[in-house]
Amino acid sequence: MAAADARAICPELITRPADLAREAAALAGLRRWAGRYSPMVARDGPDGLIADISGVPHLFGGEAEMRADLHARLERVGLTLSSAIAETRGAAQALARHGGGILPEGAAKEGIAGLPVSALRIGSDVAEGLARMGLNRIGDLVDLPRAPLARRFGPGLVLRLDQALGLQPEPVSPEADAPYFGVRMTMPDPIGLEADVMSGLARLLDRLCSTLAQHHRGARRLRLELHRVDRETAQVEIGLARPMRDPERIAALFKKGVSEVEAGFGIEAMRLVAHVTEDLPPEQVGGPRTIAREDALADLFSRLGNRMGFDRVLRLLPATSKIPERSFLVAPAAYSVAEPPPPHRGPDRPIIIFPPEPVTTKGLGQPGHPPARFAWRRMSFTTLRADGPERIAPEWWFDDPAWRSGLRDYWRVETREGARLWLYHTPQAPAWPAQSWFAQGEFA
Amino acid sequence: MRFDPAPSELFSLARHRVHEAEGPGRRSFALLQAARHTEALIWIIPGHAPHQPMLRGLPEGVGERLHLIRPANETDLLWATEEALRSEGVGLVIAEPEKPLSLIAGRRLQLAAEAGRTTGLMLIREGQGSNAAETRWHCAPNASERRDSTLHQWVLSKNKKGTLRTWTVHWNGKTAAVHPVSAAGKRLEPAETSR
Repeated sequence: MAAADARAICPELITRPADLAREAAALAGLRRWAGRYSPMVARDGPDGLIADISGVPHLFGGEAEMRADLHARLERVGLTLSSAIAETRGAAQALARHGGGILPEGAAKEGIAGLPVSALRIGSDVAEGLARMGLNRIGDLVDLPRAPLARRFGPGLVLRLDQALGLQPEPVSPEADAPYFGVRMTMPDPIGLEADVMSGLARLLDRLCSTLAQHHRGARRLRLELHRVDRETAQVEIGLARPMRDPERIAALFKKGVSEVEAGFGIEAMRLVAHVTEDLPPEQVGGPRTIAREDALADLFSRLGNRMGFDRVLRLLPATSKIPERSFLVAPAAYSVAEPPPPHRGPDRPIIIFPPEPVTTKGLGQPGHPPARFAWRRMSFTTLRADGPERIAPEWWFDDPAWRSGLRDYWRVETREGARLWLYHTPQAPAWPAQSWFAQGEFA
Repeated sequence: MRFDPAPSELFSLARHRVHEAEGPGRRSFALLQAARHTEALIWIIPGHAPHQPMLRGLPEGVGERLHLIRPANETDLLWATEEALRSEGVGLVIAEPEKPLSLIAGRRLQLAAEAGRTTGLMLIREGQGSNAAETRWHCAPNASERRDSTLHQWVLSKNKKGTLRTWTVHWNGKTAAVHPVSAAGKRLEPAETSR
């Protein structure tokens, strides 16, 4: 029924827009809870669960008691549901959506005979076709010869019918739980020495790294929680420049944090969690020298990043922009991959670049050309030669405050004192102060 | 008859040691050394310094091997230099300290370079070097008539294991090749006896 029709029938109807993502997450949580009834529970459509309860009902005292328990618990939470227990998955699913109930063994055929044909998981066009032929109930279909049905409506209808009656298998494949990378250890006596904590950490790391290896994941951030006897918790957190699952290298990074922890009256429990992990397919270790050097470089970045912050260990990546200060990106080395820059064509670029610094003109050159004498950083220079101009226009789609003065004409200026500088001036800026020049880089 | 050593060996820094370079052309010298190494490079610039290397202006092959470290203060800078020198995955470490290097700091860096088999180059301000440096270079660009490359003058002013010399070279900043300028005579023709 459309929302407009419903509101016409009941004007005070309260409606909310459907939030499919939250509903799916809620269904996933419900699936995990339904694990108390069966080890094999799967989601069935956007609003249902299917569970294989072979061998389970006697633990609850029977199928009826199990179903009553399920209803009671969910209705206590506030959910309305309908459920069915049957011999086959197709029959249980059909019955759950049309009334619910329990079908004893062998009674699947009679139990679903009265259900409409659309309860089988066939398309609406097939159901309409069957209705036009007068076949409205499943009971009408069961005794018909198979070949004409398959020829007229396709093999899917016959398959669904066989699955509902138990003639074709349809197993329930449960979804696996997301792996959890955390291990804990409790001590019989409280410990306080740093060496003891590090050896406990080594044992925890062995277990955690074997779990990571099993799931082909590598840890990126780890947190060690030390629970003290007086109910306080100390935490040490480290980051890694590359996902890894090597116990010795990770333990080396924890040393500094652990040495700063106050043990108080003693530490009685330790918990190690890898809360950020990344995919790490199996790789060859101990190979040629290049692999050892990459590992050593990653360890160096981890050490530097853990002390100074991972945003201070950087890499230069090429970017497609003509604006000089934006022609490269500075990215953290731990979260980026090296890229060779494309070969540079066109006028030379300086080796270092700095924010534009004003240059005081002392002797004028030709209009539009760099001044014959100028002062920069309190040093005087005399221009020997100037290459240019190279005109760079600001990006109209990106409002950069530094480029609001418009176009820039860049010149490569060689001076008698030896320095080679990259100067520019802005021809579009107002003429006062007359032709102000700026230095933005130095050449090799 | 003694032949001068081939140019490619002339400016190689002694491996597994820390050297120093001062003067206005020290960054060019550092980039030449970077272009000659083939392994990972680390350049340590203080976090508050306004300048940074420009990717498209670096010599070939340097951009993708370069890693930049921007520590917040001088202690972190020296610590990062020591850690980078001690690491075995790095080929050349270039650092720009802002304060004078004490003898203790210089010695620690030399020990770290030997332990990690890494070469170090400290770009220092005038007169701020330490006595523990293996060599000290004074680098300055000069004006020249050639347009496609820069004339550099590199003076080896301190050398623990050799003699002191001055070189004048042309370098265009794009490759690892340098062209020395002969001291006598400005022409590059081979000497021939007159008939």
